[in-house]
Amino acid sequence: MTEQQVALQEKKELKPEEERTEAGRFFSPYTDIHETAEAVIVSMEMPGVDKSAIDIRLDKGVLTVKGTVDAGRYDALRPIYAEYNVGNFVRTFTVSTKIDSAAISASVADGVLTVTLPKAAEAVAKRIAVN
Amino acid sequence: MVVRMRDPFATLAAVQRAMDSAMGGDWFGTRTAGGGAYPPVNVFNEGEDFVVVAELPGVRKEDLDVQVRGDTLRIKGKKTLAYEPKASVHRRERAAGEFDRTLTLPAQLDASKVAAEYKDGVLTVRLPRAESERPRSVAING
Repeated sequence: MTEQQVALQEKKELKPEEERTEAGRFFSPYTDIHETAEAVIVSMEMPGVDKSAIDIRLDKGVLTVKGTVDAGRYDALRPIYAEYNVGNFVRTFTVSTKIDSAAISASVADGVLTVTLPKAAEAVAKRIAVN
Repeated sequence: MVVRMRDPFATLAAVQRAMDSAMGGDWFGTRTAGGGAYPPVNVFNEGEDFVVVAELPGVRKEDLDVQVRGDTLRIKGKKTLAYEPKASVHRRERAAGEFDRTLTLPAQLDASKVAAEYKDGVLTVRLPRAESERPRSVAING
């Protein structure tokens, strides 16, 4: 039997509460969050965002991820048919205090940003041996 | 002869699926879209040539197959999500699976000059028009 087809997902545009000072549209990236014994892994789909254009900040327990797309690549092109909008990506997450904020790491591959939030030593479950 | 039926509804479902893909596909028609709406595409003109851009975040380059024939472009492949099997899921928004889409462009293409680039999850296919489709200036005598 054929494998499942990829569902078509409309890009989620953000409705900002306050006025933005930057030009362009902002979208909320599709995100998966997984947790292993050692870390919480956040995977975000940010197509068209270069490694150097990703800004990750952790401030007062709020993780803000922002990816800026390079609109310059469309300069010489004349659109004739469009099915999706191009824009920047931004999303914020509240990070538990059980995360070791100094050890957060991130990597990007094929338009997917993966942020690894390692758990602080005291938050990793310990197995207690029974004597 | 004894015809043994497995699940009559399974057969019916398979027929319906085949029917749907044939209706949605380019088997009968000559116009766009075969086998689904994913990935969404944007089409641009660059001089005489076409540029098709599609966002495919999470698809590996080796899982992508781009084919050109006549005036059609086919983008096909699969998107897989690789996570640690023991990980627990907190949030699942990303979609995965196979995709196969055929686009019909309004001119014959020069398949030998098609160039595809895949970077940061964005596929860009440059499709030059076939030589026979290029406009020619006509000398005016008089």
